Amino acid sequence: MSFPSSAIFHLLCTDDLACERDLRVLYSGLNFTVKAGELWHIKGRNGAGKTTLLRQLAGLHPVDTGKVLYPRHATKVIYIGHKLGLKEQLTADENLSWLAGLDGSSTQQQRYAALEKVGLRGYEENTVAQLSAGQKRRVALARLHLCKGNIWLLDEPFTSIDQQGIVDEQDWLNQHTLAGGAVLMTSHQEISLPQVKILDLSQYAPL
Amino acid sequence: MTQSIWRMPRWFHQMGSPKWFYDFGGILQPWFAVAAFVLLTWGVVWGLAYAPADYQQGNSFRIMYVHVPAAILSQSIFLGMAVAGAIGLIWKMKLAFMVARSCIAIGATFTIIALLTGAIWGKPTWGAYWVWDARLTSTLVLLFLYAGVMALNQAISERQVAGKATAILAIVGTINIPIIKYSVEWWNTLHQSSSFTLTSKPSMPADMYLPLLLTVLGSYCLFALVVLMRTRTQILQTQSGTSWLAQHRDITGA
Amino acid sequence: MIKFMLAIVRRDILLVARQPAEMINPLVFFVLVVALFPLGVSPEASLLSEVAAGVIWVAAMLATLLSLELLFKLDHDDGSLEQLLLAPYPSWTLVLAKVFVHWLVSGLPLILISPLIATMLFLPTHAVPALMLSLLLGTPTLSLLGAIGAALVTGVRGGGMLLTLLILPLYVPVIIFGSSSVAAAAQGMAVDGYIALLAAMFVFALMITPWAAGSALKL
Repeated sequence: MSFPSSAIFHLLCTDDLACERDLRVLYSGLNFTVKAGELWHIKGRNGAGKTTLLRQLAGLHPVDTGKVLYPRHATKVIYIGHKLGLKEQLTADENLSWLAGLDGSSTQQQRYAALEKVGLRGYEENTVAQLSAGQKRRVALARLHLCKGNIWLLDEPFTSIDQQGIVDEQDWLNQHTLAGGAVLMTSHQEISLPQVKILDLSQYAPL
Repeated sequence: MTQSIWRMPRWFHQMGSPKWFYDFGGILQPWFAVAAFVLLTWGVVWGLAYAPADYQQGNSFRIMYVHVPAAILSQSIFLGMAVAGAIGLIWKMKLAFMVARSCIAIGATFTIIALLTGAIWGKPTWGAYWVWDARLTSTLVLLFLYAGVMALNQAISERQVAGKATAILAIVGTINIPIIKYSVEWWNTLHQSSSFTLTSKPSMPADMYLPLLLTVLGSYCLFALVVLMRTRTQILQTQSGTSWLAQHRDITGA
Repeated sequence: MIKFMLAIVRRDILLVARQPAEMINPLVFFVLVVALFPLGVSPEASLLSEVAAGVIWVAAMLATLLSLELLFKLDHDDGSLEQLLLAPYPSWTLVLAKVFVHWLVSGLPLILISPLIATMLFLPTHAVPALMLSLLLGTPTLSLLGAIGAALVTGVRGGGMLLTLLILPLYVPVIIFGSSSVAAAAQGMAVDGYIALLAAMFVFALMITPWAAGSALKL
C-alpha cells in the first residue's frame, strides 16, 4: 500500500475494517484516516460498537476482517477505557508509577505534576479505593499528562467528571491536538471545540 | 496477527468457504450414512455373533468389536479437533472452528462407550467392572479433557471467542495426551500386578480381524456423517444473513 | 523487556503485601487438607505413612488451584490487564512475570512448610529432601499449566469450577511423578529418574505455557 506524500501526517488508518459480535455485524467497510491535530468524536447508538472500535484500534480486540495501520513507527497510543486500569489497593502515585513504567519510567516529580494538573493535588498518597468515582477517573486521565502519547483513545472520558472538570478536559484535548497529537473518543456529550470531526458508526452498520 | 504467516493454496481457500462445504457436504452426507450403516451392522453382527470364539477368553472378548473402534475414534477425534482448531487459528477460517465444535460431542460419546465397554470387558476377565489399568485410566482422563472442552465452549457466550479458546485448549490437550498416557502407563506398571492388558493384539486370524476392520471403518463413517451434519447446521445458523444462503434451494424450496 | 517483567513482579508483590490474606490462604488450606486426612481416614502411622506422598502432593495441587483463579481475574476486572497487554512487549512476558509471583506466593510457602507436614503424616525423614525437591520442581509446573486455564476462563462466569475441570487432566502426569518420587524415596530407592522427569516437565511447561496463556489472554 503506497501512501501519498502528505502521509507523514497520517497517524492511523483503517482499511475496510469490520467487526462482528456473535452473529451480528456491528460495522463493516470502515475506511478512515486520522491525521495529526485531529479530534474524532465517534458517535453511534448504544451497542453500535463504539467501544469495540476503540478497542480494535488499540489492538485489544482481534481484527478478523480488514486492517488497522499505524504508518509511522514511533506512534505511541494511550488507551483509557471504561475500566480505568487502576489497582484499588495502590495509591494514586503508585498506580501512575507502574502505568508509566510499562513503557518507560517516571520520576515522582513528574507524577505529582501530572496529578496536580488533573486537580488531585494532595491526594497523591491516597489509595485509589479512598477516592470518589470522579477522582478515580482523574487519576487515570493523569496518565495523559505523564506519558507522551501521540494518539489518545478515550472511551467516555467525561464520565463522573464534574462541570469544571469537563471544561478542563476539553482544554487538554484542545492543547494535545494543537501540539500535533490526535484524539479519538466516544462520548454522549457534545464537544465544543472547532476541530472536532464526527465519525458516525451508524453509517457503517448493515441496513 | 492480521495477516497469516503461511499463504493458503487456492484449493484450501475454497474448502474454507461455508457455501462450498454446505453443498459438497450435502452430497457426501447420504453416502456416509449408508456406508456407516452397512459397515457397522455387518461388522457388529459378524463380530458379536459369528466370529470364532477366542480360546482364552471365550465369548466375552467379542465386546472388543465395539470397544476397540470406540477407543481408536475417541483419540483420533480429539486429535482431529485440535488440528481443525489449529487451522482455524492460523488461517482465521471460521469453518474450521465449526468443524472442531462438531467433533466435541461425538468424541466424548465414543470415549464413554470405550469406558463402558472396557468395564464390561473387564468383568469376566478380571472379576471387576473397574480396574485402574493404564488404558482405562487414560481413557478416563481423555473424557475429562473432552468435558473441559465442552464446558469451555458453553461457558463463553461469544461464539468466535469460544471457538478460539476451545481451539487453544484442544491443542494444549493434544500435546499433553502422549505425556499423560506415558505417565499413566508407567504408574500402572509400578502398581499393577496383573499382566493382562485389554490391548493384546496377537496375530488374529482373518475371520476375527475382519469384523474389527469393518466396525472401525464404519465408526469413522459415522463420525464423518455426524461432523457433516453438525457443521452444516452451524452454517445454517451463522450464515443466515448471507445472500447465498437466502437464495439456496434448501431455503426457498425451489 | 526485563525491566517490564520486573515492574510487573514488583507491582504484584506490592499488591500481595497490601493484602497478606492472599498469601496465607493457600498455606492454611494446604495444612487443613492434610490435617483432615487422619481425621477422615485413620491416624494409624502405618497407613498414613503409606499414603503420605500422594496426600501431600494432592493437597499441594489443590492449594495451588485455589489461588490460580485470581491470577488474571483481578487484573481483568479493574482493567489493568488491558493496559498490560497494550504494553509494547509480547504477552508471554507478562504471563511469565505473573506466574512467577504466583509461585512465590503459593508454591514457595508450601515447599518451606512441607517438612512439618511430612511429620504430621509420618513420612520417613529421609524422604523429606526428595519431597522438597519434587515440590520445588512440581509447584512451578503446576502454576504454569494452571495459568493456561486461568487465561482461558478470564471473564467467564463460574470460572473457578471450570478452571479446575480444564487443568486437572494436565496435572495428572505431574502428580503421578511427583508423588512417586517421594514414595520411592520413602522406600529407600533412587529418585533420580523421577526428578529428571519432573525437571523435564517443568522445562516443557515453561516452553508452551507462556505462549498458550498469552494467546488466550488476547481473546
